[in-house]
Amino acid sequence: MSRIGILLIVLGGLAVLAAIGVGTAWLAVRRRRSRYAWFFLGMLILPLAVLALLPARDPVPVGAGGEVLVEVRGLRKWFPVQKGFIANLLSRGHTDYVKAVDDVSFTIKRGEVLGLAGESGSGKSTVGRLVLRLLDPTEGEVVVDGVDLARLDKENLRVYRHKMQVVFQDPLASLNPRMTVGQAIEHPAQIHLPDTTPEERKRLVFELLDAVGMSPPDFFYSKYPHQVSGGQRQRIVLARALITQPDLIVADEPIASADVSVQALLLELMIKLKDEFDLTYLFITHDLATTKYICDRIGIMYLGKIVEIGPLQEVFENPQHPYTRALLSAVPVPDPRHRRTEPLPTGEIPNPINPPPGCNFHPRCPIAAAGVCDGELPSLRPVPGSEDHLVSCHLRTGDHTHLDPARTGGPSA
Amino acid sequence: MTQDAIAADRSSVATGDVLYSIRDLSVEYGTRAGEVAAVDRVSLDIRKGEILGLVGESGCGKSTLGKAMMRMISPPGRITQGELWFAGEDLMTVSEAQMREIRGARLGMVFQDPMTSLNPLSKIVDHLTETITTHEPSVSEAAARDRAEQLIGRLGLRVERIDDYPHQFSGGMRQRIMIALALALRADLVIADEPTTALDVIVEAQFLDLLRELRAEFDLTIIMITHNIGVVAEVADRVAVMYAGRMAELGSVDEVFLDTKHPYGQGLLRAVPNIELDGSDLYQMEGAPPNLLHTPSGCPFHPRCPHVMPICSEREPAFAEVTPGHRASCWLFQEHDGEGER
Repeated sequence: MSRIGILLIVLGGLAVLAAIGVGTAWLAVRRRRSRYAWFFLGMLILPLAVLALLPARDPVPVGAGGEVLVEVRGLRKWFPVQKGFIANLLSRGHTDYVKAVDDVSFTIKRGEVLGLAGESGSGKSTVGRLVLRLLDPTEGEVVVDGVDLARLDKENLRVYRHKMQVVFQDPLASLNPRMTVGQAIEHPAQIHLPDTTPEERKRLVFELLDAVGMSPPDFFYSKYPHQVSGGQRQRIVLARALITQPDLIVADEPIASADVSVQALLLELMIKLKDEFDLTYLFITHDLATTKYICDRIGIMYLGKIVEIGPLQEVFENPQHPYTRALLSAVPVPDPRHRRTEPLPTGEIPNPINPPPGCNFHPRCPIAAAGVCDGELPSLRPVPGSEDHLVSCHLRTGDHTHLDPARTGGPSA
Repeated sequence: MTQDAIAADRSSVATGDVLYSIRDLSVEYGTRAGEVAAVDRVSLDIRKGEILGLVGESGCGKSTLGKAMMRMISPPGRITQGELWFAGEDLMTVSEAQMREIRGARLGMVFQDPMTSLNPLSKIVDHLTETITTHEPSVSEAAARDRAEQLIGRLGLRVERIDDYPHQFSGGMRQRIMIALALALRADLVIADEPTTALDVIVEAQFLDLLRELRAEFDLTIIMITHNIGVVAEVADRVAVMYAGRMAELGSVDEVFLDTKHPYGQGLLRAVPNIELDGSDLYQMEGAPPNLLHTPSGCPFHPRCPHVMPICSEREPAFAEVTPGHRASCWLFQEHDGEGER
């Protein structure tokens, strides 16, 4: 329901209340029961007093415009595990949690592309949803352009959301099949740019269609999503995201469903749009090979935690965490001469309800040191000789580096 | 298998006998707008013991070709022409009952999503024993179970888990179970349609290693249908590239990747993201695959081709050898009397 609608209902309610107050007060005076009149007059005054005393709304925040656009601190999202009635009784109310995101911190500078990569269940998509506050965090802060999203009330969050847009994997699921391309792109503007006229908005839609390579725009304007190709649909979703003039776009597997040749075109388009519209991307993907073409920095996630983060070139050329090394090595390379350089970790990602103690990669880690990695929780620390390349591994940073086989001359891992 | 052994392994199968031969096969789907030729006069020989990668973009006909090889095309689709020779027998002439014997027993198929291929109400052991006893009625229930347990163990799953249900396994394990089903009857040829697409990279790499081991151990021939060019480079011996329902290029993995002939293959390979840092940008191919209701005249790739010549829109090039064993359907490598030489 629109804001005006709610306002009308509230005002109407107050008017009815006031009318009853006036009416009954008048009746009471006529029947000479004036002590009741005051009571009924009160009914008239009370609504007015309530209106006057309503707290003034917080002003809609404007961004700070600083160098750092997104700051995420100590973010946690634990999903409770639903249990049946009997199981609940047996466990005496003890609740298990899936620790989808567990103590994640990072910053994204304005104009930067941060990649978040990991396997299914690593929590990368949940981080994206938390950054947009499509999910409420269990713990931790998300600060976008100097504004802590958790402190915004519902209405201000809604208004502030124009700064952050999202692009998902499947454009057909993101587009209303009954809206034409033009309507779909214009829709966010009707909500977030209420001062514009329909003509201005149409012009804006045409400009954006052109910017995402859908030309001629008037050809596509009145088409329906099912009438265009998959790659074109993702272009429409991008145009729709751009119409509110966002600073940040969270792109969750934006090119994963496209064919190889279309993937390349979409990646190139996203890079072009970033420069043209001064965008910042959080680029979430399972495909490490594509991050190379678009990301400035990359964070590798495993079981809800970032295990390594840093400039892309540095992480790719000098990966520190054994999991990062294995993951990078496992990516298939389109060259038959290529050979894998790292042994594959055994097994699969463990159950996130009961992650292993200590470093949660240690049961699969080729260099795990007994008594260290299975006990203490490692934290993200700078790799020696680098400030912005962080790794969460006991053997690479901190007090236990003497146990690292790469350092002691043993087999590297 | 060590990484070094792979190269040697690849060359050893370069000259195998033909196990399955597709001759001039066409598959059409009837639609309201007309007949769509999803597979258009395709000929292909699959050699015994090889892993053949069949690649192409969505809608190029690779999955339809895989299904046609099993004679599993269902209406509105139908095989309109061609022969399918498998181990000396033309599968187009055998009865449906015989075909059912051949499917499963000698031709196995693995799909992208194993959960839709496994019965959620049956234990893994029941899937396996049912497959075995259906095709080999003389085998007792207990013997079938023994065989099932051996297979499960061989595929890297704990034998106790054979009594679990499909939903209790991860995606990678379910895909192993699918392979176990194909191996339960010692199929000669396994057609795997996007078997690793739903898997994460590490699990995918583990699965590809397993496939290579099994190929050697069980004397398997594998057709790997995939859009993932990297997977093909890693595991295949030979590669076939399809475009608009037709064969564009065929050759050993080294020939196709390192000396690509067809302009479509060239564009496709250069558009694949490569994690090995080399600083190059991704190649952007013009246009999109054609609508198969209106396949372009001549070579179907000519509207997008950077080397297009007048003859390309007039006559269709043959799928001819460029060098021994390396075929491409492109006028650049064929004699023609048209204008516009190379």
